[in-house]
Amino acid sequence: MKKWGFLGLAAALTLAACGGSTDTASDGGPGTSGGASRLQTVLSRGQLICGVDGGIPGFSFVDESGAYSGLDVEVCRAVAAALFDDPNAVEFRRLDSTERFTALSGGEVDMLSRNTTWTISRDTSVGMEFAPTTFYDGQGMMVRVDSGITDLEDFAGRAVCVETGTTTELNLTDQMRRLGVEFEPVVFQDADAAYAAYDEGRCEGITSDKSQLIARRSTLPNPDEHTLLEVTMSKEPLGPLTVNNDSAWFDVVKWVTFGLIQAEEFGITSENVEEFLGSDDPNIARFLGEEGTLGTDMGLPNDFMYRVVTHVGNYGEIYERNLGSESEFNLERGLNDLWTNGGLLYAPPFR
Amino acid sequence: MVSHSDDTQKLSLKRVLRDERFWKIAFQVITALVVLLLIAFFIGNLNANLTRRGTAFGFNFMRNPAGFSIGESAIRYLPNDPYWKALLVGFSNTFTLVVAGIALTTVVGVAAGVASFSQNWLLYKLSRVYVGLVRNVPLLLQLFFWYFAVYSNLPRPENQISFVGIVYLNNRGVYIPWPATAQLALFGVGVVIVGAIAAFFLWQWHLKIRVATATGGKPQLYGLIGLGVLVAAIVVFGLNWRIPEEVEGGGVVGGLRLSREYVASLSALVFYTSAFVAEIVRAGIQSVSKGQWEAARSLGLPAPSVMRLVVFPQAMRVIIPPLNSEYMNLTKNSSLAFAVAFPEIYSIANTTFNQTGRPVEVFLVLMATYLVMCLIITLVMNQLNRAVQFKER
Amino acid sequence: MTTTTSGSFSAGPPAGAKIGPIAWARKHLFSDWFNSLLTLIIVSVLGFAGFRLITWAFIQAQWLLIPNNIGLLMSGTYPSNQYWRIWTLLGVVCTLAGLSWGIIARNLSRLFSPWVLGGIAVVSAFFVVFPATRPSSMILLPMVAIVAVMAWVGRLVGRKLAIAGQLISLLWFVSYFVALWLIGGGLGLRTISTNDWGGLVLTLFTAISGIALSFPLGMILALGRRSELPVVRWLATAYIELVRGVPLVALLFMGQVMIPLFLPEGARPDRVVRAIIALSLFSAAYLAENVRAGLQAVPRGQQEAAASLGLNTPLTLTLIVLPQALKIAIPAIVGQFISLFQDTTLLAIVGLAELLGMGRSVLANPAYLGRYAEMYLFLGIIYWVFCYAMSLGSRKLEQKLNTTH
Repeated sequence: MKKWGFLGLAAALTLAACGGSTDTASDGGPGTSGGASRLQTVLSRGQLICGVDGGIPGFSFVDESGAYSGLDVEVCRAVAAALFDDPNAVEFRRLDSTERFTALSGGEVDMLSRNTTWTISRDTSVGMEFAPTTFYDGQGMMVRVDSGITDLEDFAGRAVCVETGTTTELNLTDQMRRLGVEFEPVVFQDADAAYAAYDEGRCEGITSDKSQLIARRSTLPNPDEHTLLEVTMSKEPLGPLTVNNDSAWFDVVKWVTFGLIQAEEFGITSENVEEFLGSDDPNIARFLGEEGTLGTDMGLPNDFMYRVVTHVGNYGEIYERNLGSESEFNLERGLNDLWTNGGLLYAPPFR
Repeated sequence: MVSHSDDTQKLSLKRVLRDERFWKIAFQVITALVVLLLIAFFIGNLNANLTRRGTAFGFNFMRNPAGFSIGESAIRYLPNDPYWKALLVGFSNTFTLVVAGIALTTVVGVAAGVASFSQNWLLYKLSRVYVGLVRNVPLLLQLFFWYFAVYSNLPRPENQISFVGIVYLNNRGVYIPWPATAQLALFGVGVVIVGAIAAFFLWQWHLKIRVATATGGKPQLYGLIGLGVLVAAIVVFGLNWRIPEEVEGGGVVGGLRLSREYVASLSALVFYTSAFVAEIVRAGIQSVSKGQWEAARSLGLPAPSVMRLVVFPQAMRVIIPPLNSEYMNLTKNSSLAFAVAFPEIYSIANTTFNQTGRPVEVFLVLMATYLVMCLIITLVMNQLNRAVQFKER
Repeated sequence: MTTTTSGSFSAGPPAGAKIGPIAWARKHLFSDWFNSLLTLIIVSVLGFAGFRLITWAFIQAQWLLIPNNIGLLMSGTYPSNQYWRIWTLLGVVCTLAGLSWGIIARNLSRLFSPWVLGGIAVVSAFFVVFPATRPSSMILLPMVAIVAVMAWVGRLVGRKLAIAGQLISLLWFVSYFVALWLIGGGLGLRTISTNDWGGLVLTLFTAISGIALSFPLGMILALGRRSELPVVRWLATAYIELVRGVPLVALLFMGQVMIPLFLPEGARPDRVVRAIIALSLFSAAYLAENVRAGLQAVPRGQQEAAASLGLNTPLTLTLIVLPQALKIAIPAIVGQFISLFQDTTLLAIVGLAELLGMGRSVLANPAYLGRYAEMYLFLGIIYWVFCYAMSLGSRKLEQKLNTTH
């Protein structure tokens, strides 16, 4: 009898204690500081919390040792480098497409860098603030070469794998309705399952952003057997974002992102950045924080772009490392080149 | 316990505090207050949060067009149909999964349970190993295994498997013969159900006469056989079956296509739940006292008849209540099918939430749907339970 | 199917020893033509399946993905330079497990029977031979040694100290907080956010927390439903029936999305905490029903006897009724714990990388695309071992409690 009494006591204590542990655990996470900018929260925490996908090779991916890599990931690292002079002062949080906005607006993450398409409703009614686009994309369709499918009309009565909770699902439906094609959507909760199902032939096609399709194609067993249709179903400008009504924090993310592009325009890379110190060009001197107060005006150290370029490099370097010639994807710059080279990347002046 | 004999004593605070009745009332009042306060706190926060997000509570959004397409559906659905229609499609998909699941689980589970009493050592062992293995591995894992590791190994449509030209298998799904129209299919199901009920009563009648006269009941038996033949004839010839046919270069037309998502979900649900049903059946049979077996055998009944006539009817009393909860578990577990892209109600609800940002309303709809399904199962099972209980004489 | 059954009431495993193998086979496999046919069919199907399985496992399967990703599967993205904390925790658990074993087995004449020794040898050999555990075998082997030594110590202590049983329960209780501290950090250790908890560690953590929380809650609900106070009874019944009518995925979804909505603006518990809350609330309703069944089995006379001794209602319940009810309900309660453990897999679909979720993210790695069967089989074995151990433990506990009364 005594034993059971003790057990009951232990159980009750556990209940009480676990209630306590709930509090401590939530202390660890980012709390919302009423009124003050998220920038202060992040700076006092000494670490950035960045929401990423974690399952898209080239954009954000976790390898066997648990390390993150990809374009989206490096944008987070750039912000961390600007804030703390340490590209590793960032904690990545994997979010799926359905929970990303609630996680951001609830303050669970400081910023999102998770293949998120800039749309008006997300900017307004969902309450997000979009930093400059880091990747211009469009929705495409991947099919097997030997399937004989050449355009969307060929999908009548055939199956398309798609990930739920994304604009792709709706774009696909819109396009097919416009063409009057009856097709079978096979809707997966996560991208991995969708690509796996496509790979074994459950669907004739899979639709997603073209960059993702290309990245994923390279990971399929026989990449040459798959091809992208010519069609582009939508515009998909992807970039980092923060929550509405916090312009101090939004400015930091926005200008670090612009800075990556501007650095490439200046030709400053992680290798030659030292040579640019003490430059006669006032634009470059301002950019690297040797002149003016561009950084301190924003609440950052003045040399924040020097830190970013030293640790992470410029946009071109990031692109080549993760998606371009130095990566397994070998993706052309295309629209994602500087405006001076016929692309869409254009940073407003740093002055 | 307070003595109430001393009525003359004045009503004092001390006395009230000692009275258990006071505490009973006070405790209830406090509990009710705490719960009410908690609910008020939650609802208040909910309102504040929803207002802040600009999505005040209400079901009007259900009339907006859904805008997404659904892969398979028992009822006609177009992408510009409203959300409530999409949810209805999800419900119909859940319903087909659950009904087929319960039917198959009953068959497989009872078979596996009875097999554990087999004289054949291998069959006995097989049944035990099956139960021991399957019950200890999570259903979701099994679901992924079925979908990705088992059914993905089926050939592509180009070299699909065919069973005597009636059933086709490929990695898109399973193609089976099906009545030409939905009305005919319903008619067929109705015929089978009516036939089964009629057969049950005929059998009861037969047994009653048999018990009373030991030899009679022949006409009822012939009636039973005739009924069986009639139902079989209607089902085979009366429903205008459409047999799936192979198309040149792979693929199938005609018949009913059960998508791979559906088949994998069904397999996992049946395989998993049957192990629990088998244990219930086994426990039920074991609960029948040994004397019943011995008495039945000493009457000279052959072994199968002992099981069928004496043991199983008694075991039913023990089996049905837990069987009810297994059926409800199956119903609720069917929501996991969304993990392998089967568009059942949870999946549609999830998409609806994603697009409308209305978690509370969607959750209420979801909850109501499952509650209704569980309620229906419980009602049916209660009726069945009443039918098999002891008739006190 | 009824034809296959026979009158034999309990066709248990063969009596063996007395009859020869041929006679045994004739009795149990070939008693009549039907049985023989059945045996032949089963043997050929099993033989074919077994052959396919073996050729697949040894020729086609590529098991390399397991050892290559064992770190991820066991502890998720936990920083590898902090792995020592997980190992320390394992050491603590092994110590306690050994002590408990020794204390429970204190009355046995021999602690290390040939069976136990054989088991230890097999486990140790497995750790050395199995590729996934081989790199850590220098840590795992001492762990096995700790269990064995502590079992011996536990037996000595158990014989000397009457309260050893209570003491070890207390230690287990304390160890939960030690585990929380070791995994999560703080108090001198580097803080590791729950975001980096993953794999088996997260599975076990959520399962144990869920069990610890749902057990008392379930007891309260069961007592509430059996209460003679109408308000309490209605509330408990409403809660139990509502929760039991909803699938767990829906509740977890609510936990992830709706718990923040029900709290004041900005209050947002960690998502592991949210998942544990949802799991516990769900499981408590089922546990309540199991406990209620136990309560119903306690004869009314017990309560009346306690009341006539002058015990008030709370005391009667906690000292007389509940202990008996819990004892009766042990198999059902453990069954519920097992299903709670299995239910942690559902966290994978609300975005937490527990064991199954981690397995799925490994499968997304291009290098291991399509290796589903290997991964899911491996995960299945892990889950099976834990669940089977739990049901075995419950059976032992049941036996022990039966003999002491």
